[in-house]
Amino acid sequence: MAPFIETRGLYHVFRLEDGRQIAAVRAVDLTIGRGEFVALIGPNGSGKSTLARHFNALLLPTSGSVWVDGLSTADPANLWRIRRRVGMVFQNPENQIVASTVEEDVAFGPENRALPPAEIRQRVDDALALVGLRDQRTTPPQMLSGGQKQLLAVAGALAARPDCIVFDEPTSMLDPRGRHQVMDTIRRLNSEAGLTVVLITQAMEEATAARRILAMDRGRIVLQGDPRAVFAQEERLADLGLELPPMADIARRLRQHGVPVSPGILSLTELTRALEAELRAGVTPC
Amino acid sequence: MESLSHIFAAGTPLRREALRDVNFRVETGERVGIAGHTGSGKSTLVQLLAGLLKPTAGQVLLDGVPAHGHNTTARDRRRRMGMGFQYPEDQIFEGTVFREVAFGPRNAGLKGKELQARVTWALGMVGLDADTVMERVPYTLSGGETRRVALASTIALQPEVLILDEPTAGLDPRGRDELLTQIGDWHTRTDLTLIVVSHDLTVLARTVDRVIVLRGGRVSASGPVRHVLSGTATLRESGLDPLPSVLLLEQVRAGGASVRIDRFLPEEAAAEIARALEAGTRSHVTRRESA
Repeated sequence: MAPFIETRGLYHVFRLEDGRQIAAVRAVDLTIGRGEFVALIGPNGSGKSTLARHFNALLLPTSGSVWVDGLSTADPANLWRIRRRVGMVFQNPENQIVASTVEEDVAFGPENRALPPAEIRQRVDDALALVGLRDQRTTPPQMLSGGQKQLLAVAGALAARPDCIVFDEPTSMLDPRGRHQVMDTIRRLNSEAGLTVVLITQAMEEATAARRILAMDRGRIVLQGDPRAVFAQEERLADLGLELPPMADIARRLRQHGVPVSPGILSLTELTRALEAELRAGVTPC
Repeated sequence: MESLSHIFAAGTPLRREALRDVNFRVETGERVGIAGHTGSGKSTLVQLLAGLLKPTAGQVLLDGVPAHGHNTTARDRRRRMGMGFQYPEDQIFEGTVFREVAFGPRNAGLKGKELQARVTWALGMVGLDADTVMERVPYTLSGGETRRVALASTIALQPEVLILDEPTAGLDPRGRDELLTQIGDWHTRTDLTLIVVSHDLTVLARTVDRVIVLRGGRVSASGPVRHVLSGTATLRESGLDPLPSVLLLEQVRAGGASVRIDRFLPEEAAAEIARALEAGTRSHVTRRESA
């Protein structure tokens, strides 16, 4: 996979009003491949959002460097090219809505870039189709459900035709239905449209959708690997104050009770299958 | 609360009935959860409870007094209630974390050491170290830390009735567990009345004794938490995700093991399944021996 985002020796230091300094991101060396799906997990204040804001030059390195598609974020001449390649979707969809109908909201970005009307139309239609909001295109955004509002924010980001979208806890304010809608869309954008996805989340079952998980603690990336490998490090995660996805957590507790289910189980189907095998082993005459 | 209904924008084309005929009672010291998806009427209900909205029909009584009243008794009742709103970061307005959390208690007459102690206590309840964050400017905090500060300012008032609307949204797992444990301990020590509003059933499973599920402005289920959270069909119809442990227990039962569905905390579910497997093996051994 060709590298898409690269950071080398990245530090981000915030200066507080009283003169104290806080290094929110420390010595991060990271490569995210084009088309990859990466989940970023870690406690509140561990630097996830700060790191992610470097991916589209919303923040610039205090030291070290960040390249997006080969463009250094430190060069002001690259700013708009980088922003066009990497979109952002934040936690609260309410703060991201600017227009009075769904399609006008999606058109806001392309219109600001003064694209030809036919091109704007095409981009808006494509973006709404990708998130499944075509039927709502003339609806006022305030009539949408929370999940749909967040999908609208995703469509707004897609209208810029980015290569990558950074989702910063996109589901944490949504109800279960909204969560499913948004997660299904993110998965589809990655697998079908080839979008590079960076997903920041506190919900471990959402992180299992990624190809690779990065765990942060106090500004550093302290753990990484595919979901099974990361969630097999139960003690390390507990030290970091992170939890296991629900089924992995129950599986861990079952092992403590002497039930031999293997580590690395992440889903309800996997755990049910493992337990059925146990149950059969228990009752089949031998 | 009696036959509560609430209609928004009555008499206009935007007329929307948010609640219809909702009745329930919360006793002093009770812990009640209100669940429902967006648009179910949860937030309207919370605003009615806090006296921020006046019901279209029916009434909300706080210790016998209508909640939205303008007289001093009603005001006094409302003062005994603490509200943690859904977007708590929107309520932050002071320049430092200390001043933010101290705002309420200071208005209530606390000062000096007492005020300091109350702020430290409230920050501790939400898992923040007072010495580290007290002088920080709220906008320099991370999203999750900001949430905690906002919650601390509600808790700092030490209300008799604490209403929390999605208290754990945006908190990391440790922060969520700590907050829920702290509130649980506070409830045990005092006769705090706790109302937790959430669409996350794992939060309710850990905090309340009784749950009311709203669907389209009506009550779709109500009763002891173990009973309501085991009713996966009703919960799904109400737009809620049943607890993962309950789904697993259902599967295990369907696979032929005899398990109780309402052992819904992860530690209970694991113990229940381990017990059932053990019993299955034993009965198998007994059968073999008798054969």
